[in-house]
Amino acid sequence: MVRYILRRLLQVIPVFLGTTLLVYYMVFALPGDPIAALFGERQPPQSVIDTLRAQYNLDQPFWVQYGIFLKNIFTFNLGVDFTQQPIADSLARAFPVTAMLAIEALIIQAVFGIAFGVFAGLRRGKLFDSTVLIVSLVVIAVPTFVLGFVFQLVFGVQLGWAKPTVGANADWGNLLLPAFVLGLVSFAYVLRLTRATVSENMNADYVRTATAKGLSRPRVIMAHILRNSLIPVVTYLGANLGGLMGGAIVTEGIFNIPGVGNKLFQAIQRSEGPTIVAIVSVLVLVFVITNLLVDLLYAWLDPRIRYDQ
Amino acid sequence: MRFSRTSKALGVAAIIALAATGCGGGGGSDTNNSAATDPNKVISAYSNEPQNPLLPANTNEVYGGRVVELLFEGLRAYDASGKPVNALAESIETEDSQNWTIKVKSGAKFTNGEAITAKTFVDSWNFAALSTNLQNNGYFFDSIEGYADVSAVNETTAADGKKTSTPAPTAQTMSGLAATDDQTITVKLVQPEADWSLRLGYSAFYPLPSEALADPKKFGENPVGNGPYKFEKEGAWVHDQQISLVKNADYSGPRAAKNGGVTFKFYTDPGPAYTDLQGDNLDVTDVLPSNALKTYTTDFQDRNSTKPVANNSTLNIPGYNPNFQGEAGKLRRQALSHAINRDEITKVIFNGTRTPATEFTAPVLDGYTDSIPGNDVLKFDATKAKELWAEAEKLQPYDASKPLQIASNTDGGNKEWIDAVANGFKNNLGIESEIQPFAKFAEVLDLRKSQSIPGLTRAGWQGDYPSLYNFLGPVWGTNASSNYEKYSNPEFDKLLKEGLGSKTPEEANAKFNQAQEILFEDLPGLPLWYLNRPIVWSNNVVSADTGWNGGILYYNIEAK
Repeated sequence: MVRYILRRLLQVIPVFLGTTLLVYYMVFALPGDPIAALFGERQPPQSVIDTLRAQYNLDQPFWVQYGIFLKNIFTFNLGVDFTQQPIADSLARAFPVTAMLAIEALIIQAVFGIAFGVFAGLRRGKLFDSTVLIVSLVVIAVPTFVLGFVFQLVFGVQLGWAKPTVGANADWGNLLLPAFVLGLVSFAYVLRLTRATVSENMNADYVRTATAKGLSRPRVIMAHILRNSLIPVVTYLGANLGGLMGGAIVTEGIFNIPGVGNKLFQAIQRSEGPTIVAIVSVLVLVFVITNLLVDLLYAWLDPRIRYDQ
Repeated sequence: MRFSRTSKALGVAAIIALAATGCGGGGGSDTNNSAATDPNKVISAYSNEPQNPLLPANTNEVYGGRVVELLFEGLRAYDASGKPVNALAESIETEDSQNWTIKVKSGAKFTNGEAITAKTFVDSWNFAALSTNLQNNGYFFDSIEGYADVSAVNETTAADGKKTSTPAPTAQTMSGLAATDDQTITVKLVQPEADWSLRLGYSAFYPLPSEALADPKKFGENPVGNGPYKFEKEGAWVHDQQISLVKNADYSGPRAAKNGGVTFKFYTDPGPAYTDLQGDNLDVTDVLPSNALKTYTTDFQDRNSTKPVANNSTLNIPGYNPNFQGEAGKLRRQALSHAINRDEITKVIFNGTRTPATEFTAPVLDGYTDSIPGNDVLKFDATKAKELWAEAEKLQPYDASKPLQIASNTDGGNKEWIDAVANGFKNNLGIESEIQPFAKFAEVLDLRKSQSIPGLTRAGWQGDYPSLYNFLGPVWGTNASSNYEKYSNPEFDKLLKEGLGSKTPEEANAKFNQAQEILFEDLPGLPLWYLNRPIVWSNNVVSADTGWNGGILYYNIEAK
């Protein structure tokens, strides 16, 4: 088990180097001088621009820039962004907000997705099942930003139940509306996945055996059907957490949430290589680690799976 | 029957959806329509993360600028119409427009108790101008004698021929600037400048407390000023989120606050701010999403205003383009100008948020006139355009191998009007024309700096201080800082210089407008239109207004 975890963690290194190199190069290749762009139509003396370029190592060739970036990463120094703020500080402000949003969205989609999925699966072909299937199809078909704007306008402006945007007040309550929007699409997937595995497992031999030896229906559902049906669902949810964190750009934009997505959007607008790569690096780590955790959860959910062979 | 349970479940789904959002709670619906105003209520305003520590001389972008303007007070301040009035200055006098004597009011203090004297100003200006301090607005002191020494640079050329310049000042202070006693500043300019005192209200000229000069970066995080507002507390700037200002009770200048404070909320996009305003979750914005330009007057009935701003747009024609050189080029430039239907574009595309241009500056400025000889070239006239173009063809045939491109970044709603202008060229002159799109402003700027724009390019100017010269000198003067297309006409330069040397503002403006006649003769750029800045406000405030530069007069907003 320990060896397996170690091997998986070692795999992070090439993944990390590959993604940062790629992202760094793409930012480097963007046309236009980002420092000059900071000043718009009214440019300061060239000496100011040149000094700033040197400060951010923008006057160096690509490999030197990337080398400095790597050296800094391994000494835990992310440098400063173009607004002179330490990048580490702004990440430390943005990540908890996005993590809160992603976790809230994950809980919403897990709880509602599994609950509705189990109900539908147990009553396959009945009215509830068909309704849920159609509704979830509609939810999947509607893009997130449409849902976002509609929810914002209806609940935020017209009904006044929630604040239209989050801004500086990012707490669990204020993040509920955006988390709902963010979680809704995956909610539909979780629901359909749960429904499919539940209805499949209902016909399994061990369920028939359990029913035959006289176990109550709730016990059959909870201990036998549900636990076995959860394996693919957990995989999906785990893989989705990384996606939720990175994919929050749209939701964070609509609800003005000061999280990673917004920060990334702004950094891309300003061609801030170091900030973009720092954010992407952390997202890569989150993705790799959640995937590892999901794989380990597998073994717990299904004793037949062992890793050290 | 099972049906009853399924229908119940469906109902539950709907209720959960509604209840879940309900918990977000609060805010929004608590509109108060009583007319009574509350001078202590804090208002909220649209903004974004400032790009630099909040030092006045380092702040050259709008989001930092609006905060700095509320935190500090200079020798002069601009009233709503752009007229400079004395603030900290008791008097500003000059005999020859070159030697100035400024008396500073006694008793003025920063909010930390430090007294503001003549020396405060001299130290602050020297700090801002010294090139090693890398203050973005340092060049605003370039008319003071000795600026050349404090701003000197070392230029090195790398092996690949790339030039880099590093600051290498030969003096630490400007020789033309002195505090002769606690209350008197004397300034000697390099050459006479009649409008020099107009710029004393600009943020680069604000005074700084001594702690700012000792550690500018630390100070910029928690600035201490002397303006109508101050930081709510240490750390009132929450990065990427907001800045909270409260009224400075000790302030006694011309811009006294009528509300308890201003909280600048940061938005990376104007869309959510607009929605917030509709829900009364934000009180005022000066940036509308482009899709709201057609609806804001109905969305915010009686809660919007659209006023002219010292901001113009031009379409520059680089002199290095062979199609636009010589006598034929001149006729072609006139033809292009006649082929643009400014009236229609400002009405249909900008929905009245632009006014067709009549000259090269802006109507809110003192000295503006709409009757400069030669400005009939700005009238839309398809027949005239065709005639001029045909005349030019006789002199020198037009190289039509490539379509005439108009370079611009396409964000910020630029594509629509450029398409319209290009269509005007196509329909009225029979030439191919199209937008040359760029994702970012920086790319266009790079091309402009390196003189490699193939066709025309969009340009614009936002006034720093209310003066005709500010719209002409930095943009069209020979080798001026923002004259990227390198237009040069000695006659024009001479008139500007004469204007700066005149005794009275009226004389100066007459010279500046005479200089504009030369611009109309040469047409290095085609004036397009002036900006009218639309703003909207919430039900929580009485009204809002913009000043001469389009900035909202936050201190004048009354909350209810």
